[in-house]
Amino acid sequence: MTGMALAPRTGAKYARILGVGAYRPSRVVTNDEICEHIDSSDEWIRERTGIITRHFAADDESVVDMAAAAAEKALAGAGISADQLDAVIVGTVTHLLQTPSAAAELAFKLGAGAPAAFDISAACAGFSYGLAIAQDLIRGGSATRVLLVGVEKLSDITDPTDRGTAFIFGDGAGAVVIGPSDVPAIGPVVWGSDGAQTEAIIQDVPWQVFQGGATHKFPSLRMNGQQVFRWAVYEMAKVAKEALDSAGIAADDLDVFIPHQANMRITDAMIKKLGLPESVVVARDIAETGNTSAASIPLAMGRMLEEGQIKSGDLALLIGFGAGLVYSAQVVVVP
Amino acid sequence: MADQQEILSGLAEIVNEVAGVPVDSVQLDKAFTDDLDIDSLSMVEVVVAAEEKFGVKIPDDDVKDLRTVGDAVTYIAQAGA
Repeated sequence: MTGMALAPRTGAKYARILGVGAYRPSRVVTNDEICEHIDSSDEWIRERTGIITRHFAADDESVVDMAAAAAEKALAGAGISADQLDAVIVGTVTHLLQTPSAAAELAFKLGAGAPAAFDISAACAGFSYGLAIAQDLIRGGSATRVLLVGVEKLSDITDPTDRGTAFIFGDGAGAVVIGPSDVPAIGPVVWGSDGAQTEAIIQDVPWQVFQGGATHKFPSLRMNGQQVFRWAVYEMAKVAKEALDSAGIAADDLDVFIPHQANMRITDAMIKKLGLPESVVVARDIAETGNTSAASIPLAMGRMLEEGQIKSGDLALLIGFGAGLVYSAQVVVVP
Repeated sequence: MADQQEILSGLAEIVNEVAGVPVDSVQLDKAFTDDLDIDSLSMVEVVVAAEEKFGVKIPDDDVKDLRTVGDAVTYIAQAGA
């Protein structure tokens, strides 16, 4: 006898981003302040990264606090209440508690009822990874409305005396609400990883350094800038191109390019490599926000919408790439 | 197989394209950083463009040894261009 067939479930045909919300902590940190701890200069940092300022969270401000601030704006933008969420996903590498997840705490803080809630660890690709997952949850029928937040408090794991990273990172949160759509509005994801380059961006020592009560300098991020630059510009341009092709979009049809805000020089080199026309509006939020890892794409999208640089219905190419190494890209319709 | 002069002129075009340095300034005895003002990230762009142009591989670990234009020309010639 064959087994009984299980009842199938399918979801919406397509998914789309319904609303965006951004949160930047109030404290603005200048390059001059960063240079109090490293032998560098405002001019050097601007030339190498395009960063002028970044924001640092307060000591008592958690990733969940920041995520909630961004999420409330995204929910308002989408016109839905927290109790209508079926799933809450947080992309972060700076929720410094092994378990439970930031997402479960966030869902409760928002008054979301009992949605599925989990974190994903995909570093600077976290937002783009999350978007792919959220879309598939909706299309598969496991959720109807999903909250996705990219949030980082990188100041917690940045060594202010490390000349390779101290000036790069910042704190912040960006959120989107994703829901069903009658037409395709989140293109096919092109994603992957390269574990051979694990050492390129990595926490310098594991948490076990504190085992048995040992004292040790707090772990922090280390990065091989040249290695990352080469990979980001040359390998990621191919991934970005593949995402355009998968969505059936030519570079000339694109309105907006929102790469992970890793470094302005990476963005500039990618544009050149991709041959994007000048009509494409490019996210340059890194100048005032620094590199906020998983938060950078929604933060940039939020700013561009607020400032009127882009509008609802525009086609935007997103690409996230970072520690792992991992990467992810897709074309989306701006909400 | 490209000779030294061909590699030099090809490299000069790349350096001009990446960093706007006049082609005539790119001479064998010039140091990328000190004389031509090519920073570490622009150097990566130069190296990758040179890899494509000359069909060679220049790993990151070797890039730091390429102090002068002459170092790069010699490296590319020996790498089989």
